[in-house]
Amino acid sequence: MALSNVVETPASGFNFENVCRNVALEGLLQGGQTKAPKPMKTGTTIAGVLCKNGVVLGADTRATSGEVVADKMCAKIHYISPNIYCCGAGTAADTEKTTDLLSSNLTIFSMNSGRNPRVVMAVNILQDMLFRYRGQIGASLILGGVDCTGNHLYKVGPYGSIDNVPYLAMGSGDLAALGILEDRFKADMEMEEAKELVRDAIHSGIMSDLGSGNNIDICVITKQGVDYIRPYQESEYKDKRQRRYKYRPGTTSILTEKIVPLELEVVQETVQRMDTA
Amino acid sequence: AIMFTQVYGDNGKMKEYHYTGPVEHRFSPYSFNGGTVLAVAGEDFAIVASDTRLSEGYSIHSRDSPKCYKLTNTTVIGCSGFHGDCLTLTKIIDARLKMYKHSNNKSMTSGAIAAMLSTILYGRRFFPYYVYNIIGGLDEEGKGAVYSFDPVGSYQRDTYKAGGSASAMLQPLLDNQIGFKNMEGVQHLPLNQEKAVQLVKDVFISAAERDVYTGDALRICIVTKEGIKEETVPLRKD
Repeated sequence: MALSNVVETPASGFNFENVCRNVALEGLLQGGQTKAPKPMKTGTTIAGVLCKNGVVLGADTRATSGEVVADKMCAKIHYISPNIYCCGAGTAADTEKTTDLLSSNLTIFSMNSGRNPRVVMAVNILQDMLFRYRGQIGASLILGGVDCTGNHLYKVGPYGSIDNVPYLAMGSGDLAALGILEDRFKADMEMEEAKELVRDAIHSGIMSDLGSGNNIDICVITKQGVDYIRPYQESEYKDKRQRRYKYRPGTTSILTEKIVPLELEVVQETVQRMDTA
Repeated sequence: AIMFTQVYGDNGKMKEYHYTGPVEHRFSPYSFNGGTVLAVAGEDFAIVASDTRLSEGYSIHSRDSPKCYKLTNTTVIGCSGFHGDCLTLTKIIDARLKMYKHSNNKSMTSGAIAAMLSTILYGRRFFPYYVYNIIGGLDEEGKGAVYSFDPVGSYQRDTYKAGGSASAMLQPLLDNQIGFKNMEGVQHLPLNQEKAVQLVKDVFISAAERDVYTGDALRICIVTKEGIKEETVPLRKD
């Protein structure tokens, strides 16, 4: 019996309503001399490694908006289902919403079928959606999970491409992380060794890439369960300031004060007892 | 994504042709190498501070490339922006300082260097040096002086100024802590050297937290009548 109520089939052809709207908005804003807000990109380093008993995913925690750090402790490892987690790089809103949508759809599937979803199912749904939007959704995702068929690690690109490989890195710091992974990855590593490898890969991305930084999050998925360690390692730099910058009350001047009394009269009064037992 | 904004024209309708056609790739003679500079003038001292990170795009070229350059015993200049132009400009300034010394048998004063720099920069009005300069030093009376410039030579004397990539984050903080702006009922204590150095360190720590181009280390040059003292403080490296 086909579970056709899981993902609704979209209308035929590509849906570009929003692209037309965006182009029109750009035109309007240019005339009004305001700039369209820049979407917040995560400018990230994310990595994933398959090991003997499961999958290890890692990510940094910096979100940038252009050259400014917008969030120093953002969570890039998203929950998809109890056995599948997903790291997201690219436009922050896109990764959040896409993974949320996927998670909701897979929860419905789990309830209907009584099973944990398989990783390939998550990958196929993602690929379907991202391809349909022709790259307009800027989400580069690393999916990792353990299901009845084994441990899986997949990469899904923003245009809908898939890669099924034992170790991966994505984001602006991917080349730095991949250097470490290429050097030290071995098939069937022990769990602790894999965690250290992912930590080192993310650390290399943090130090070499300006778009990545701050702390390192790690998520370990095994048949027994998930260990979401946030943060796995805090950045060793502690910003110790030399002076205290506190302002006494009254430092901000009050320029004007206006008090408007509200003239109210009691028209009706009712008392209702609340049952607080 | 790039393809689609060019497929749809200004009125929102699809253009007649679908491919983008020949694309002209322009060579840009400039590139932005990041970095932040800061200068503070006190009663009898001046401080010029800069971070030491040299970057391009999302990569780091060097973690140890300070942007303060010593000009004379009483003047230090901080240059940030395009590193190629920073190097050339400081070479030109050094040459001009030597020429002045040989002709006039004395070193240039801070005010004179500032005026000269303004003409050097305006000389390249139509192909500017992509450099944000801040000069810090002592004037003829021994008081601290700060001169801030724009890339084509407009300058003025200030008490404090921030320039470079994190300037928009630092300047308001300095306005509040040194200029006592936006504060009511606070004693206007004159800035002494120790407090100024602490403030500069704290302000750069904050800049490094939120600006990706600022970090690695902080180089502080303190100019007093005894000479120029340099101090290096580590900042976050990520």
